[in-house]
Amino acid sequence: MSVTSGTEPISTKQSEPIRFYIEVASENSLMVYFGTNNANLQPEISLELCAMIGRAQTLIKSSLGDTVLDTIPSYSSLMITYDLWLVDHFHIRNRIQKLIKQLVSDSVSEHKLNGNTFTLPVYYDTCVGPDLPRIAKNAGISIEEVIQLHVQQEYYVYTIGFAPGFAYLGEVNETIAMPRLATPRATVAQGSVAIADKQTAIYPAPSPGGWNIIGRCPTPMFNPNSETPIPVAVGDKVRFKAITETQFLELGGQL
Amino acid sequence: MMSGFYVEHPGMHTLIEDAGRIGKANLGLTTGGPADRMAFYWANRLVENARGCAALEVTYGGLKLHSSCNSSIALTGADIELKINNQRVRNWQSHIIEKGDFIELGFSQNGIKAYLAIKGGIRVEEQFGSCATVVREHIGGINGSALIKGDWLPVEEQICAHTNALPENAIPTYLTSLNLRVITGYQYQQFSVHQRQRFFSSEYQVSSQWDRMGYRLQGEAITFPKQNMLSEGIAYGAVQIPADGQPIVLLNDRQTIGGYPKMGSVFSLDAYQLAQCQQGAKIRFEPISIENAHNELYLAQSRFKQIEFIKKAAN
Repeated sequence: MSVTSGTEPISTKQSEPIRFYIEVASENSLMVYFGTNNANLQPEISLELCAMIGRAQTLIKSSLGDTVLDTIPSYSSLMITYDLWLVDHFHIRNRIQKLIKQLVSDSVSEHKLNGNTFTLPVYYDTCVGPDLPRIAKNAGISIEEVIQLHVQQEYYVYTIGFAPGFAYLGEVNETIAMPRLATPRATVAQGSVAIADKQTAIYPAPSPGGWNIIGRCPTPMFNPNSETPIPVAVGDKVRFKAITETQFLELGGQL
Repeated sequence: MMSGFYVEHPGMHTLIEDAGRIGKANLGLTTGGPADRMAFYWANRLVENARGCAALEVTYGGLKLHSSCNSSIALTGADIELKINNQRVRNWQSHIIEKGDFIELGFSQNGIKAYLAIKGGIRVEEQFGSCATVVREHIGGINGSALIKGDWLPVEEQICAHTNALPENAIPTYLTSLNLRVITGYQYQQFSVHQRQRFFSSEYQVSSQWDRMGYRLQGEAITFPKQNMLSEGIAYGAVQIPADGQPIVLLNDRQTIGGYPKMGSVFSLDAYQLAQCQQGAKIRFEPISIENAHNELYLAQSRFKQIEFIKKAAN
């Protein structure tokens, strides 16, 4: 894996203001959904939202202290789990509403993501990427072209979750974007590189999963005994490099 | 070496669990923790521990331990026969253990998960702030896995001054037909009225795919109008509807983020009951307001604190 670091401004189009609404998720969790388009806030991936959600997470944690147990930022949402023995649900919802309302109304024309750039090797082949043929067929292109389109793109880490070190990367070229499987697989192998809609990711450990698998990466994405258990962080850039089976095995990959 | 318990036989599937790993979801680490939190809290209370002390979650049974110290233990949750030196003793009660004692668990008759608490708690190293075992993540417990023969459970030598027993009428029965109350939320409003009605009026069965991550159910398929959804945070108890329409209730070892639409989340006290079920259990859903859910939780907490143990002085 190669790394370069850099700082780059995100050019925000300043077209639409960021809107949000709050929805209940469970007895002690709330979802804050963000977006720029109208009404129901259709799913939207943008670096502008990513940065806004990062700021919202920091603000919520610092303002609400111990009443917040956990926060899960994602592409266009922030889940907040609160301690229902410490705070009333009406009260915390109002606090969150006010804090985020203030945050989104403070117009920020430009902010920086201090991201590194990582290049991750991937062995693309039907033997480790069983969904390659389906994606190719769906797009009306060859498997080689699917791989080419996946490698060409530069991705940002939008969020980390699902499993330790599972980094959600966006965005995948429209041509090879594929919805999740109707029935998730019971087991997906460690290192599997996969696509779900316009997201791509590497499974850091064997787990069930419903994403379309196109290859396998030999680089460990989660090491609990390391000082940095997860190599990438939200805001980093990732590129993929196609490697051969021999290179994959040499890099410690397992078939 | 610290005193403790030697694992003679790990049983079917036995995990070290504490209250769970909180605040690490943004690294992708799930919470883990006891699947039936109520039974876990009782076990700890019976041996006069803080309620989140690390204890054993025993699925089905079969565990055998040798003690190297004097201690107190209690077994709660699923109805699994407990023997100390081949003598049958009561569940939901603390027992004094002497150095050299042999502890043996039978197999579950009612429910599937039992909790064995040891006075002072099991002292294994924490990872990311907790020793809760999440096998899928290889985190917590001993080497991130379920107990194996030969494991050593370090315990500080302490005994309770009293034996404590939960009154008979406070001991729960685990049912194989459940009404799970759901706090509606997430994409609930985006499901059609017809699909919501179907969800709340159908009977589901627990499929063969159930574990600490979640319970996949089988029954009337629920359809969701939208195709593309972005992955988002998943709360404990979340009821996910994948494209095949068969609901999945997500529990302790759930993925932190997922992209299937959700109806809301099962009320925690009911989710603990679900975790005592296995394949074939019958499940129905009913809505509950968040206010009612909180009220029920406060009452349960109050009962938990107020129920007095039947005490006997230890010899």
